[in-house]
Amino acid sequence: MQIIKDKQIIDDSWNYIIDDADLEPGDISVSLARWKKDKQQLLEREGKLGVRMGPADSVEDFAADLKDLQLIELDFPAFADGRIFSHAWLLRGRYNYQGEIRATGHYLPDQVFYLSRVGVNAFSPEKTEDLPVTLANLDDFSVKYQTSIN
Amino acid sequence: MYQYNQNDQTLIEQRVAQFRRQTERFLKGDISADQFRALRLRNGVYIQTHAPMLRIAGPYGILSSRQLRKLAHIARKYDKGYCHFTTRQNIQFNWPKLEKIPDILEELASVQMHAIQTSGNCMRNTTSDHLAGVCIDELEDPRPYCEIIRQWTTLHPEFDYLPRKFKIAVSGALHDRAATQFHDIGLHLVKNDAGQIGFKVLAGGGLGRTPVIGQVIRPYLEKKHLLSYLEAVLRIYNLYGRRDNMYKARIKILLKESGLEKFTQSVEKEWLLIKDGRELSDERIAAMQTQFARPPYESDAGQDNSFALRQQENKAFATWVKHNTADHRVSGYRAAFLSLKAPDSPPGDMTDTQLDAVADLADQYSFGEIRSTHRQNLIFADVKQADLFPLWRQLDALKLATPNIGTVTDMICCPGLDFCSLANAGSIGVAKEINEALDDMDYIHDIGDVKINMSGCMNGCAHQSVGHIGILGVDKKGAEWYQLTLGGSSENEAAIGERLGPAVAKDQVTKAVTTILDVYVQQRLEDESFLDMVKRVGITPFKEQVYADN
Repeated sequence: MQIIKDKQIIDDSWNYIIDDADLEPGDISVSLARWKKDKQQLLEREGKLGVRMGPADSVEDFAADLKDLQLIELDFPAFADGRIFSHAWLLRGRYNYQGEIRATGHYLPDQVFYLSRVGVNAFSPEKTEDLPVTLANLDDFSVKYQTSIN
Repeated sequence: MYQYNQNDQTLIEQRVAQFRRQTERFLKGDISADQFRALRLRNGVYIQTHAPMLRIAGPYGILSSRQLRKLAHIARKYDKGYCHFTTRQNIQFNWPKLEKIPDILEELASVQMHAIQTSGNCMRNTTSDHLAGVCIDELEDPRPYCEIIRQWTTLHPEFDYLPRKFKIAVSGALHDRAATQFHDIGLHLVKNDAGQIGFKVLAGGGLGRTPVIGQVIRPYLEKKHLLSYLEAVLRIYNLYGRRDNMYKARIKILLKESGLEKFTQSVEKEWLLIKDGRELSDERIAAMQTQFARPPYESDAGQDNSFALRQQENKAFATWVKHNTADHRVSGYRAAFLSLKAPDSPPGDMTDTQLDAVADLADQYSFGEIRSTHRQNLIFADVKQADLFPLWRQLDALKLATPNIGTVTDMICCPGLDFCSLANAGSIGVAKEINEALDDMDYIHDIGDVKINMSGCMNGCAHQSVGHIGILGVDKKGAEWYQLTLGGSSENEAAIGERLGPAVAKDQVTKAVTTILDVYVQQRLEDESFLDMVKRVGITPFKEQVYADN
């Protein structure tokens, strides 16, 4: 599967492990709930770690763990759930998170310009055919009124 | 008025290009109707009963003559020859074709106009006092702050997908003409004990289904912290506002459910973490103030004697001056209202011919600037008193001089069932009928300040809950019925109207209104306004008469 990271289309090396499934080798992400439950086990394995959070989760809740995480996935259950935008801003602007922040789930290719401005630097498209339009939309505007993360 | 710089211009042009691509993708079937809905709403495009409706932003109500001519052109070329001014100082077209809307937006961009965030669950057009900068009761001109807020809210990356729509109003005067107590955030320029001017911040006000008066969340905010404070409020709302039920998603519900104290604490806590990085510099404020510098007033305008003479000679002119003009801070000048409430035209509507003519008059008499008011009229803010007579004659010929500003026929009215797909009942037709029944100008002037606000549904676009007389269209088993309220106000003594009784049938609305006015005329004390009388006697005397036959 391909994603966009830092404005490049690349092959994705990460696997998201659903809550009941066994952990796999390599770079994996898990839900915030699983991270909290299995933190020690996850830290002891080989490979990079990521956490997938949803709009109802709180960044503050796991801010102390950010140093152990190379990826945060912000998962849209529906594109209109704008809490994701604040989570991204908090991760970068308040907690100075330097790893990858990736949008996943049901967002629109039309939202990626805003997402990039609040600190999202990777985009896992809902449909592969959305990749070109998603990439193009990162350059929707050359001017802006507010400060931004990127 | 504010003039775009290159960045402002580039931004709105790129927005048009973005929406053109989105519309093409939708028409090709690459975007679902639901997804496109969110995108088109953020560009002012609704799908209405007959056709799409396009809502164009009138930033805090200020338009240039050039912009007005462009609206006239759009009305002719893309619509049916007219447009509608709204209670949020915006402009609506009711008949554009969806595939033509990118072209319309491109035309608008050529005169520094846009439709960005005029609908959808995002930060909307900031509104203000229509007499900003010219009124006599002003502490400081709110327009520079309105423009700073306009820019900050435009395409804000974090706050474009809020739980619900979000409206900000700013007032700089003692008398609140911007209904700031009924906005998600209301900002009042105030003076603190040390004599410095800053903002009193209100939050959680709103109309619609659940009208609520805003509460003060900060009695005094230094100007330099304006944007960081707004950011703190918006972040708290974006993160914690309800998204499970659209009727409980406005910030007023968050504030109510959290309680004022807890809500304010959350905002203050957030603000303390960000405030030092976001200060508005004195230079930025000063630079913005120069954009709203006073026009070159004539110093001897007050020497003129013709104005007083004309009023003595011509009773109709004197009546118009009394009702349709307002005091001005500069001697020899007045602000002149253009009434969009002529008896035989839908409230707030203007034809292309009127728009073009008004643009010419603005150039001739008011420094080329026109303002729209939240009661759906227009204003020339800076007219020399000697020019008022010729202006009046020309406005009269254009049917824009009905001397009814602030009177019972100066109704606020939404498009209602005739155009809107949300409406339960008609409003334009009822307004016309009330207007026809109240055809005696002397009687109207004797009644004085009575504000009738009429909405065709619970969404309350015409602010019926704060009308002195509010009329709300409801659907009753497929028929149009109307609920009446009395005693609402959106001004300093903000109040939500009290329900008079059961809804009345469509053919009984006018009679109910005239009965209410008759009760007032019979029972008022000397010089007592309608609103004061309702406060004094309550709704019972009105109720008894309106429902006397039942």
